[in-house]
Amino acid sequence: MSSVFTEITLNHYLALSGIIFMIGLAGVMLRRDLMVIYMCLELMLNAASLALISFSRFNVNRFGPDAAAEGQLMVLFIIAIAVAKAAVGLALIVALYRNRQTRNVNDLAEMRF
Amino acid sequence: MNWIILFTPLFAAVLIALLVHPHPRLSAALSISACLISFLSSAMLVFDLGALPLGSFTWINLSGQNLIIEMGAMNDPLAQLMLLVVTGVGLCIHFFAYADMKGDPGLSRFFAKLSLLMFSMLGIVLANNFIMLFICWGLLSASCYFLIGFWFQHANAVEASKQALVVHRVGDVGFLLGVLGVWWVFRSVDFTVLETMLAGAQVAPARQNLINWMVFALFMGCLAKSAMIPLHVWLTGATEAPTPASALVCAATVLVAGVYMLCRIFFILELAPDVMEIIARVAMVSALLAALMASQQNDIKKILACSALSQVGSMVAAVGIGSVTAAMFHLTMHAFFNALLFLSAGSVIRALHQERNIWNMGGLRAKMPVTSWAFFIGTAALIGVPFVFSGFWSQQAVLVAAWTDHPGVFWIGLMTSGLTAYYMTRLLLVAFLGKERSDVVAGAGESSLLMQLPLMLLALFSVIGGWKWIGVVHFIDPDFVPNHEAGVVVMGLSFVVLVIGTGGALALYRDVEQDPVSIPLFARSFYVEELYAATIVRGQNAWAKTLEWFDQWVIGAVLVRGLSSLGTVGGELLRLIQGGNLQAYVFLLVLGVLFVCYWVLFRAHGGV
Repeated sequence: MSSVFTEITLNHYLALSGIIFMIGLAGVMLRRDLMVIYMCLELMLNAASLALISFSRFNVNRFGPDAAAEGQLMVLFIIAIAVAKAAVGLALIVALYRNRQTRNVNDLAEMRF
Repeated sequence: MNWIILFTPLFAAVLIALLVHPHPRLSAALSISACLISFLSSAMLVFDLGALPLGSFTWINLSGQNLIIEMGAMNDPLAQLMLLVVTGVGLCIHFFAYADMKGDPGLSRFFAKLSLLMFSMLGIVLANNFIMLFICWGLLSASCYFLIGFWFQHANAVEASKQALVVHRVGDVGFLLGVLGVWWVFRSVDFTVLETMLAGAQVAPARQNLINWMVFALFMGCLAKSAMIPLHVWLTGATEAPTPASALVCAATVLVAGVYMLCRIFFILELAPDVMEIIARVAMVSALLAALMASQQNDIKKILACSALSQVGSMVAAVGIGSVTAAMFHLTMHAFFNALLFLSAGSVIRALHQERNIWNMGGLRAKMPVTSWAFFIGTAALIGVPFVFSGFWSQQAVLVAAWTDHPGVFWIGLMTSGLTAYYMTRLLLVAFLGKERSDVVAGAGESSLLMQLPLMLLALFSVIGGWKWIGVVHFIDPDFVPNHEAGVVVMGLSFVVLVIGTGGALALYRDVEQDPVSIPLFARSFYVEELYAATIVRGQNAWAKTLEWFDQWVIGAVLVRGLSSLGTVGGELLRLIQGGNLQAYVFLLVLGVLFVCYWVLFRAHGGV
């Protein structure tokens, strides 16, 4: 077996992060349901968090053990802010749905000049 | 005390303009009493009747730059004489103006303007530094503009006032350069300081050129105000003002302001003898040309305006040949008899319902005896009938001053006095003697007593003003020694030209129905106005047209509308992207991010 599968390196994490990000992006761009788009956005955010935390974990050798703690701290902050953002975003979606009785973005196309 | 002299007319003008103008009689009374107060306080000052000491205050103090402007008032014989002339003659004109202008709907406005003119002129008379002089110089241009354009319903008056303002501004620019030059060279603008500094000073040869230009620039101011050739074009237009205003402008204020200014700064002129020579020549030529113009005018006020210019020319020439005394003496006498002539003409014009063409007059002596006699006395003074009349003595003073060292000035001056006798006799014969030439004369009658009184007063001074015991000459210069030897020769010569001039006019204009002499060159003021129209005005219009084209097409079309339509069109194009489709937005966002990534990774550092 090649070493690609024996040892998990930074590149594996980054590849995973990239794949998740692309899945999220594809969802945002292709799906019509606002709720699904929203979940895909969360996916993209978390993919970015994953990349960050992998960097911090694998850079311990270069910057010392504090780097891992700092990276994790950063990601915790991101998660906390993502939660707050989720609350606001969901509230907006609920309000929009009450108003328009639809979650299809094609029906919500008045955002233009 | 001096501040009362100066500011009462301004106060009256402001009060009339702001409050009193709905009441014409009150406005007139206010303006006349302001002039009276100025006159009385001047008299108190001059004759030392308990006048308060002169005040002064520092207006601008930049000691680091050596620029200290101390506003104050001159109190030397020059200023005192001028004060009396301006306020005294001004007072006569104010009284006359009330009688003349009574019933005009703009009476209040007229008196406000008249008071403003008095204020500006008194400011020039009292100014003790160049800055104050320049401020009042500009005010004088403005008030002259106001008065000429008084009858703004007439297109002629409006044109003339505009022309006067432009011409005055040309002179003002030169004068301002001169003032700046004085400050630059001498580091002071105060007359007293400068006079002390320059007493007996010698100019270094290296600086002579600079000083010459400076003096010439200062003379530019006089050139415009005193209507010397080639800036004389405004003067004939100035006759569009109401006659009392023309009288004030020509006799006692604007026209003589230039002469007074030159006398005031004579100690600076002395530094540039070459320029003084130029001044004398320009002035004397102006005097001669003005006399030639006067000989062919048909408008009574234009004749008088040209004669005033001719006299002022000889005053400026007197300054140019170094005789301030003769200039001021002649200025004083001229103020009397020119005001007298203008006011009598005003009286005639009023009686003839604004008829100003002398060929429609004739036979006025029987109809208006007092006015006619006043005019005769004024004429006699102007042409210098020997021994009795004031103008004789003052013209003698000018000619005698020119006799020894300046033969050119002398002979041209002599010729001018001959011409003066000629055109004034022509005016008298055509307008006042002979038979009535039109119906308006038949209906004319003598003017009211209120108009006659100023005439009589001025006539009195036109006669006795030059007499020795009045002492105008010794008031200006206590050490003045008359040159008796030259005096006799000059007297004889001027008597000869007087006889020739009068005789020539008598021979030509006795009992004629129309002008036997026709010289369009003189009648049209040597075509200077046409020359300006063909060169300066046309050039300026062409330049204005070019600028208009530039404004319309380059600035307006390309820069303003071009840029704005670039924005509009670009906006319209970008608007197409904004379709409202959320996923299209995301797609574009991703494209943007990809572009940034591409740029950062592959282009920003010169490529991988």
